[in-house]
Amino acid sequence: MPEQAKGGRERPLSPHLQIYRWPVTMATSITHRATGMALAAGTLLVAWWLIATATGTDAYDTFSTVARSPLGLLILFGFVWSLAFHLLNGIRHLVWDSGYGFEVKTAERSGILVYALSLVLALALFAYAFAARGVSL
Amino acid sequence: MSVRTPLGRVEGLGAAHRGTEHFISQRVTAVALAPLTLWFVFSAFMLIGGDRAEAIHFLAAPVNAVLMALFIIAALMHMALGLQMVIEDYVESEGGKVVLLVLNKFFAWVVGAASIYALLKIALSRSPA
Repeated sequence: MPEQAKGGRERPLSPHLQIYRWPVTMATSITHRATGMALAAGTLLVAWWLIATATGTDAYDTFSTVARSPLGLLILFGFVWSLAFHLLNGIRHLVWDSGYGFEVKTAERSGILVYALSLVLALALFAYAFAARGVSL
Repeated sequence: MSVRTPLGRVEGLGAAHRGTEHFISQRVTAVALAPLTLWFVFSAFMLIGGDRAEAIHFLAAPVNAVLMALFIIAALMHMALGLQMVIEDYVESEGGKVVLLVLNKFFAWVVGAASIYALLKIALSRSPA
């Protein structure tokens, strides 16, 4: 909450997030956090898969049925894309950490590349699941 | 002109007194996770369409069991470090922050313990063929 200045006049505030034009670098930064949080939820899916495998055939089949349902596939696509994005953008961060790729043009290009590659990777994996692994809607 | 004391400058810790360790751990787990994640995703997709027996056969192979354990541990460490930053950045009240930071650690340990237990049960209850 903004503090009232002496005399009751509102102090000027800097504009909030929605005022700014979204540069690619800002979008990738926010997406990196968002996918990171989504992947935290995704650890529950991996845990469920392992526990179901350890438990028995019924538990495994339940997991399988839910995972192959339309909603399950949508969630898994979100999981896989998040993983692909976070991995590729994480590599971009490691490159920055070693001191390269900071030029505005370069950072914007690598950002667009990360969006494109992560989407291609996720789509290719799901195309493979549908074409060769018997997944269907 | 700097207003920092000579001792503060030598220690180089800043106002939070910590952070370097967090920064480095986040990167070390990231480097480990790059190949482990690739391995996990491609392995998981190879198991799609298979039954439980196929998953057990895969997870019981020593190399896969060890890689899976490493993936789980590195991922949960990386997760806890990342969520810690998010909580520190966005939660305003000091009390809520402390509660969430503790829950964050608990979450990582509970998910980790359950996953590793399941993995060990699979890997150790079936002698490799």
